[in-house]
Amino acid sequence: MAGTKTLNVQWAINEAIKEEMERDPSVFIVGEDVGKPGGPFGVTRGLIDQFGAGRCVDTPISEGAIVGLCVGAAASGLRPVAEIMFMNFITLTVEEFYNQASKMRWMFGGQVKVPMVVRAMTAGGFGAGPHHSSSLEAWFASMPGMKVVMPSNSYTAKGLMKAAIRDDNPVLYVEPLSSYKLKMEIPTDDYICPIGKAMVTREGKDITIVSIGRMLQEAMKAADKLKADGIEAEVIDLLCVNPIDMDTIYASVKKTNRCVIIHEAKKVMGVGAEIAANLQENLFDWLDAPVARVAAPFTHIAFQPKLEKHYFPDADKLIAQVKKMIG
Amino acid sequence: MKISKDTKIDLLKRMIRVRTFEDDTTKIFSGGEMPGFLHLSQGEDAVAVGTCANLRLEDAIYTTHRGHGCIIAKGADLKPMMAELFGRIAGCCKGRAGSMHFADVKTGCMGSNGIVGEGMRIALGTAFAQQYNKTDNCTAVYFGEGATGTGSFHESMNMAAILKLPLIFVCSINLYAQMTPKSDHVSIENVSDRAAGYGMPSIIADGNDVEAVYEAMAKAVKHAREGKGPYMLEFKTYRHHGHFEGDPCNYRPAGELEEWKKKDPIMLYEKKLTKEGVVDEKAIQAVRDAVKKEVDEAVDFARKSPQPEIEELYVDILA
Repeated sequence: MAGTKTLNVQWAINEAIKEEMERDPSVFIVGEDVGKPGGPFGVTRGLIDQFGAGRCVDTPISEGAIVGLCVGAAASGLRPVAEIMFMNFITLTVEEFYNQASKMRWMFGGQVKVPMVVRAMTAGGFGAGPHHSSSLEAWFASMPGMKVVMPSNSYTAKGLMKAAIRDDNPVLYVEPLSSYKLKMEIPTDDYICPIGKAMVTREGKDITIVSIGRMLQEAMKAADKLKADGIEAEVIDLLCVNPIDMDTIYASVKKTNRCVIIHEAKKVMGVGAEIAANLQENLFDWLDAPVARVAAPFTHIAFQPKLEKHYFPDADKLIAQVKKMIG
Repeated sequence: MKISKDTKIDLLKRMIRVRTFEDDTTKIFSGGEMPGFLHLSQGEDAVAVGTCANLRLEDAIYTTHRGHGCIIAKGADLKPMMAELFGRIAGCCKGRAGSMHFADVKTGCMGSNGIVGEGMRIALGTAFAQQYNKTDNCTAVYFGEGATGTGSFHESMNMAAILKLPLIFVCSINLYAQMTPKSDHVSIENVSDRAAGYGMPSIIADGNDVEAVYEAMAKAVKHAREGKGPYMLEFKTYRHHGHFEGDPCNYRPAGELEEWKKKDPIMLYEKKLTKEGVVDEKAIQAVRDAVKKEVDEAVDFARKSPQPEIEELYVDILA
């Protein structure tokens, strides 16, 4: 019988990987500290006890080789799930994503498929500083042949991880450290969140807020406060930045005629810019206000708490922007 | 190690097949009929053939941007291979990859690479899958001494050693990293000295002596199949052509190429086998004629294949 249980994001990811490893013997995990230590932040805890070291592979600090190994293993029939830890470390693997994983199937005329998942964590809000706090999803959102998902809570963390592992393409899975302990009721039965499909998490008629990743909590907080002021915001949890589900955004904006996008990555060349450009290209006549973006400024992330707080978008900044658009 | 007569003839045939394909490709490319860049491996034929002759269909290879020799030696069909070089739809990669990004997965040719050294990191994954699936298959990854300067070399040697992967690192010392001579970019005489730093066994052999290559590879393959882990092989040889077709090669000292041509691996082996009575001039000519016919047919096949339609840009991006 279908039921629910309460799970935080960290254990939702763990459970998704565990269930997929039980279902499919070709799934394995690989990365620094993922085996015996149970993951740098405990996400893979317990998996080595159930599945053994052969399927829970601890590696040296060689990010390029970890992702390279995933590419070769995936092209050879396995389904690797790698952890790369903080998303800044993914800079060391851009070669493997850009030149190899994303191109391999097309380049070889469809001879191979590359079903691999790489987990990377955004850690904004922890004072982790310039080398541990970045959100670099826009780089990967511009790569044909890749998929990039960004869960926001336990439900989407589990559903997207299962979908990512079952997908036959390279998937970058971006998980927010700040949400690891966030709890939520989720179904006990098997389910997935389809990759490339956004979710309307709150309905409204006055403005569409498109939220990416952990910004969902800020967007929902903002929507609550806006309601008290008589503004009904519709909130879309984008969930996937490659591909972007523009159809769900279009349907919403046709109803609300206004749109603001919130993401923790930089505004310049961010995913919000792509969404805004698509809206003006395809829905110009439906818009009652310019499409706005609430995102990080064009500078670096400080470890210093006051400076870091100023850097990241939040509910207050979003509310201020919405009020400018609905005067 | 005793090498059978059949194996000897096979080694010679494969080398002539590689060389004829590449010599004909040179001519066609200079005639302007072949698009893109071309990096050829004449002179390094014995490394390709001596190693691949030890491999089964199920074993995998990862090749460099200069990969035709290994791919042919591993067993790829010349027709779709030539069609690929012509950029035609009948190519193994539907004319999208060309020479530098070539793959023929059904014969275990898992990919050439336009990024120097990168084959090593990906090869880790195929070797991992062979180990994971409890097979005794192995993977060979090819690179030149130029690639030993990459981070990929260190990461891959270390990772392969730690995971005890059935992976053979085959370094073909052709004396140039693009245009820079080995003495200017490698700090030691023998790059395989570095294998010891990873606890990995290694062998150095004459890369122009196909039997020496064959014997070295046989040891490495046996080691890998027995689950004993990776191996590094270093073969001293020379690249007859430039880095790319059209390279004026003005960085080479006068007379260097001529000296190495006196050690041409095919010429040396023909002499050796003739002296041993394994083949005679007539038998060699028969091989050459048969191979020439096969390559001509491949060229004919390629020329007759249409170019891809524009729609081909948009398929196979996602599975």
